Amino acid sequence: MKHDHNTPQSDPVATPSSRRGFLGVAAVGMAGILLAPGVRLFEIAQAAPAVGGASSKVRWGMLIDSGKCASGCTDCVKACNTENGLSGGTLPTDSQWIRKLDIKDTHTGAIQSLPMMCQHCAEPPCVDVCPTGASFKRADGIVLVDKHICIGCRYCIMACPYKARSFVHEPLTHQKPDVPRGMGTAEACTLCVHRVDRGEQPACVNACADAGHGAIIFGNLNDPESEISKRVASYPSRQIRENLNLNTGVRYLGI
Amino acid sequence: MKIVLRELQATRRGYYQLLAGLVVIILLFGATVLYIEHHGHIVTSMNNQIVWGLPDVFAVFLLLSATGALSIALLTSFFGKAEFQPMAPLSGLLAIAMLLAGVLMLMFDLGRPDRANLAMMNFNFKSVLAWNLFLYSGFAGFTAFYLWTLMARGMQRFTLLAITLALVWRIGLTTGTGSIYGFQVARQAFDSALVAPMFIALSLSYGLAAFVLVLMLACRSHGCQIGDAMMARLARLQAIFIGVGMYFVLVYHLTNRYFTRHHAFEDFILFNGGVYPFLFWFGTVLLGGIVPLMLLLHPKIGQMRQRIVAATALVIVGAFAQLYVTIIGAQVFPLVLFPGRQVTSTFYDGVINPYTPSLLEWMLGFGGLAIAGLIVMIGLKLLGFLPNRLDDAAIEMSLAKPVAVAT
Repeated sequence: MKHDHNTPQSDPVATPSSRRGFLGVAAVGMAGILLAPGVRLFEIAQAAPAVGGASSKVRWGMLIDSGKCASGCTDCVKACNTENGLSGGTLPTDSQWIRKLDIKDTHTGAIQSLPMMCQHCAEPPCVDVCPTGASFKRADGIVLVDKHICIGCRYCIMACPYKARSFVHEPLTHQKPDVPRGMGTAEACTLCVHRVDRGEQPACVNACADAGHGAIIFGNLNDPESEISKRVASYPSRQIRENLNLNTGVRYLGI
Repeated sequence: MKIVLRELQATRRGYYQLLAGLVVIILLFGATVLYIEHHGHIVTSMNNQIVWGLPDVFAVFLLLSATGALSIALLTSFFGKAEFQPMAPLSGLLAIAMLLAGVLMLMFDLGRPDRANLAMMNFNFKSVLAWNLFLYSGFAGFTAFYLWTLMARGMQRFTLLAITLALVWRIGLTTGTGSIYGFQVARQAFDSALVAPMFIALSLSYGLAAFVLVLMLACRSHGCQIGDAMMARLARLQAIFIGVGMYFVLVYHLTNRYFTRHHAFEDFILFNGGVYPFLFWFGTVLLGGIVPLMLLLHPKIGQMRQRIVAATALVIVGAFAQLYVTIIGAQVFPLVLFPGRQVTSTFYDGVINPYTPSLLEWMLGFGGLAIAGLIVMIGLKLLGFLPNRLDDAAIEMSLAKPVAVAT
C-alpha cells in the first residue's frame, strides 16, 4: 500500500509539477506555431523587391474635349465597367464610376455630351470629410478609397461636388483581382490606377481612341513636354464647378 | 417636507408594459441591423442618390434633442436658476440616453458597422465626423461627471466645473452636428455657416419638448405633482425656444431666397417640391411652430397640462418634418453641375430623386427612440433622478434651502 502511495501517478506534488511542465512546453510550442508564419511573412515582405511608390513629381490628369465626344457613344463607360468588374447596371443602387452627361443649354438650346467621373481634385472634399482617412489622395494626384478602413459612412458621397462616388449596396461576385471592391464601402473611378502603375492608360482613354473619337487625353500635368500639358497650355480648358477652386485633375475643352 | 430625489417609486404594471414594449422594438431593431448588414443597404430605400435616409433623420433628432435636454441642468447649475434644481438630474440622464441612442443609430447605419472600432483608431482631423466622435464622448462624459457631482456626497464643489465643461461640449457637439451638413460645399441646401447655429436653436426646442414629455410621464408614474407655476415656467421656456428655432429657419431661407443660385432649390423646398413643401409648411411651420406657440402662449398655461403635452408633442412632430426636409430634401434635389443648363444621365443627374423610406428604415428609427427610452427607464429605476415633490410650495421652500439628495 505504501509503495502504491509513492507511485508518481498518486504523488500529490508531482502531478501539478508535470502539468506545469506540460503547459510550459505547450505554450512554447503554440508560440512557435503562431509566430513562425508571421516571421516567415516578415521575411517574404523584407525580401520583396522595392517598388517605387507614387511620386509627387507626377500629377496624373485627363483632358476631355467635349467637341469630340459623340452623343450616344458609351464606349468609355463600357470599357470602365469591363476593366473594373462593374455590373453596368443603372439602377439607383448600382455603382457607376463613369457616366455620360447630356447637357442642354436652356437659353440657347445648344447640346453637348461629355463623360463625368471622379475629377481627382487636388483639394478633394471627399478626402476632407472622411473620418478614418480611408479616402485619400496619392502623391501623384489619384484619389482613392482604402477598402480596409472605409466604414461605409457615405459622407464622401454626400460631399463630392460631382456625384462621382458610389456606395456598394449588395454582395459582389466575380471581382477583378486588380480592383478591390467591397459591400458597404464607397468607391469611385481610380483613374485605372492598376493600369497606370503598369505604365498603361486608363481603359476609358483607350476605348475612346479605339472608337475613333480620341476625346480623352491622359498624361502627366506636371511634365511640360507631355501632350496633355501642351494642350492645356495652348487651349483654354475648364474645370467643372470651377468656382469651388478644387484644382481638378480632369479638365474639359468646349464646355 | 423638503424635496428628496429618489428612484422611481411604486413601479406599476404600466412601467413593465412600457419596458417590455421598448425591449420588443429594440429586438426588432437588432434583427433589422443584422439583416441589413448581411444583405447590404440594397434592402433599404437608400441608394446612390438618397445616400443618408430616414435613420439619419432619427439619429440627428436624437443628437440635437440630447443637447437640448441638458438645458434644464444648464439653467440650474450654470445660470443659477435654482427653481429647476430638482429636475437637473433627469435633464442629464435624458441627455446621455438620447446621445447614446443617436450614436448607436449612426453606427448601425454604417455600411460596415463591424468596423466601427476603426473610426476610433484612424482619425482624419479635418473631418467634422471625426471631431464629432470626441464631441459625443466628451458630452456624455462631462454630463455623467455632472450627474456624479450632483449625486455623490462631497462632490458638489465640482458641479460648476462639470456643468461648464458640459456647456462648452454641448455647444461644440451641436455645432459639429450642424457642420456635418453645413460644411458640404457641394450641396445647394447646405454650404452655409447658418446650419450650425440653426441646429443649436432647434436643439433647444426639441430637447426641452422631449424633456417636458418625459418629466410629465415620469412624475405621473412617480406620484409627484408638478406645480402650476413650474409648468408655466417650462411652457414659457418652450415658447421662447420655438421662437428662436423659427427665427433661424426663417433667416436660413431668407438668405437662400436672396441668392439667385439657390432659387431653384428654394422653390423646390418651399413651393413646388411635392411632399417637401407640405412637410415644411404644414409640419414644421404650422404644427411644429405656430400651433404650439398659440397653445403655449395662454395666460393660464400652467394649469393646462393637456395643452402642454399637445404643444410639446407637436414640437417633436415638427422636428421630424424639419429634419426630413433638411436632410432628405437636400438629396432629393439634384446637384447643380452646370448652372443654367439641363443635365441628363444614367446616374439620375438633373432629376428629382424619389425616396420613400422602407419598413426597415422605420424600424431602425423607432429602435433608436426605444434605446433612449430604455436607458431613461432603467436609469430612473436604479438611481435617484426623480424628486418626490415638484409642487410650487416645495419649490418655494427649496429655494431657501439646498435640495437634499438621496443616494
